[in-house]
Amino acid sequence: MAVEGVVFGVCAVIVLAGAVGVVLSRNPVHAALMLVMTLFGVAVLFVAQEAHFLAAVQVIVYAGAIVVLFLFVIMLLGVDRAENVRVEPLRGQRPLALLVGVAVLVELLVLSGTQWVTGARSAADPAEVAAGGSENVERLAESVFTRYLFAFEITSVLLVIAVVGAVVLARRPRPEPAAEPVADAAVEEAR
Amino acid sequence: MTATGIDPAWYLTLAALLFTIGAVGLLVRRNVLVMFMCIELMLNAVNLTFVTFARELGEIDGQSLVFFVLVVAAAEVVVGLGIIVAIFRRRPDATADDVSVLKG
Repeated sequence: MAVEGVVFGVCAVIVLAGAVGVVLSRNPVHAALMLVMTLFGVAVLFVAQEAHFLAAVQVIVYAGAIVVLFLFVIMLLGVDRAENVRVEPLRGQRPLALLVGVAVLVELLVLSGTQWVTGARSAADPAEVAAGGSENVERLAESVFTRYLFAFEITSVLLVIAVVGAVVLARRPRPEPAAEPVADAAVEEAR
Repeated sequence: MTATGIDPAWYLTLAALLFTIGAVGLLVRRNVLVMFMCIELMLNAVNLTFVTFARELGEIDGQSLVFFVLVVAAAEVVVGLGIIVAIFRRRPDATADDVSVLKG
């Protein structure tokens, strides 16, 4: 009880500080690093809730791959300069955004405070799980590769489509003479 | 409530706060990259909720769902960043307001 309480308290502060940092930092690089902080905090919370495999995947995929991809794009595009936060192009957008945020928060808190568990509990024996009869990774593997096997196969198709889409999107257009002048200028500038 | 551990409502409250921060950031910021990071924050809040309920109900299905959310998030980031690179190649200082008409 006490240990998990302390872990939760520390990680909650880390997660929330990182999230606020993402929203408030003007430099995208700082926002990406704050995002790493939040992701690590969430990974520790996964460990605290006995989701060990997901914690590892969280660190490897999110903090490792996705944030590095973000940083690559930031550096590649050279957009690591501060955003002008004084300009508010849409009048009244920010107060409305805060209002919507507060409304969402109140709704979620009311729901989580009153009736947040519906449905039957698992028939699995908690004593067996606690005794290490089946570890987290084994249970997750059994679930993914049996009950959700079709969804798992579909995700492979999704990943292939994503890779092909990224290649098509990021490919430079060929500098042909028939191309329109704007595209030519963009290609010349990119060189 | 599990025998050992704190009340799961704390985890749900933290996830609600994280989701709210992400949503407000998505609405307030105009840098497309930072908006994208705010989407990641919201996805993480949902993942935290899934894991909490998976433990609370003694089922592994919530964790399986988080696994799939991770895969979809990775695909989404790849395609989204590809789109952002394509936009910035044409307009080097574009914000979300400048590309609101889906036209170069």
